[in-house]
Amino acid sequence: MNIHKIATHLNQLKDATETGFDFDCTPIDGDIDVLQVEILGREEIPIFLSISDNQILCIAYLWGEDEVKADLKANMMEAMLEMNIPMPLSAFAKVEDKYVVFGALSINSSLEDIELEIVTLSDNSLEVITEMDTYLK
Amino acid sequence: MSIFKKIITAVRGGANEAGEAIVDANSTRIFEQEIRDSEKHITIAKRDLTDVMAKQMQAARELAQLQTSIKEHEGYAMQALEQNNEALAIEVAEKIGELETNAADQQQANESYLKSADRLKELIKKSERQLTDYKRQLSMVKTTDSVQKATSAITDNFSASNSKLLSAKDSLERIKKKQANFDDKLKAAEQLESENGDSSLKAKLQDAGIGAQQSSAQSILDRLKAK
Repeated sequence: MNIHKIATHLNQLKDATETGFDFDCTPIDGDIDVLQVEILGREEIPIFLSISDNQILCIAYLWGEDEVKADLKANMMEAMLEMNIPMPLSAFAKVEDKYVVFGALSINSSLEDIELEIVTLSDNSLEVITEMDTYLK
Repeated sequence: MSIFKKIITAVRGGANEAGEAIVDANSTRIFEQEIRDSEKHITIAKRDLTDVMAKQMQAARELAQLQTSIKEHEGYAMQALEQNNEALAIEVAEKIGELETNAADQQQANESYLKSADRLKELIKKSERQLTDYKRQLSMVKTTDSVQKATSAITDNFSASNSKLLSAKDSLERIKKKQANFDDKLKAAEQLESENGDSSLKAKLQDAGIGAQQSSAQSILDRLKAK
């Protein structure tokens, strides 16, 4: 599996989609290959996909440390921990000063699995921002 | 220090600034070499185990043969005694003594092979557990490293394209607005569709002479004449 295969698959889906969404994928150059996946209508919160030796990582960036109401940070963290298991396929994490939701898939996942992962991650991130609204500036 | 602790310390301490890796490439290579070494050791230990088990089976088989032979000779000795052939009985007894010594040796060998096999099995299990752990730790290092590299590629991309990073709330707001806009369009299209549907039905009814008919010039003239 490589990001170009995934990009080609998602970009050509159109009406053949299993999830009802249209995708726009752009590879990003860097030390390792990253694929930026935009879901039509949700361009503001793209999913970033990268592939390592043993897994496929999908990450959605939620908000930065600077957007958190400082006095409510502990409450927010607790709410995130509590939501972590109920949230399907995704989990919370922090990358540098950004809070993220991510999903890790086996390197042997099918293209349909990857599509479902991306869409679920996107749904989750919108829901999380809606729910965590009170903790954010 | 455990890898887990190293990662936490490095991330907390900001060691990841300026592209400095959590564990430098060289130590990752050393780690990978250690994994390959352990794998080699396990392969050798497994081969040794096969050898030892084969030898143990052989010893067990020989022991069984000796024991059968001892029983046989005991029978012969009894028969010689029954025939009052003391001299032959002693000869057989000497043979039995010889066989018993051999059997004791084989017994000892058998036990020692069994013990080595157990020890080797334990060693292999332990090495395999260690190997799994090495691999898990290496995967942690590599994943941390790749997430870091991916993040820097994403960040670079953002600044290169000059796209402004929206706050989470603003992003959500925009997405919701687009969704609402899309829903409105869909609703409008549906309404239009249903209106068109209505008018086409009316036309069909009129063609069939059902419902309100359009007044023709002739019918108006007829109405006026009737006054």
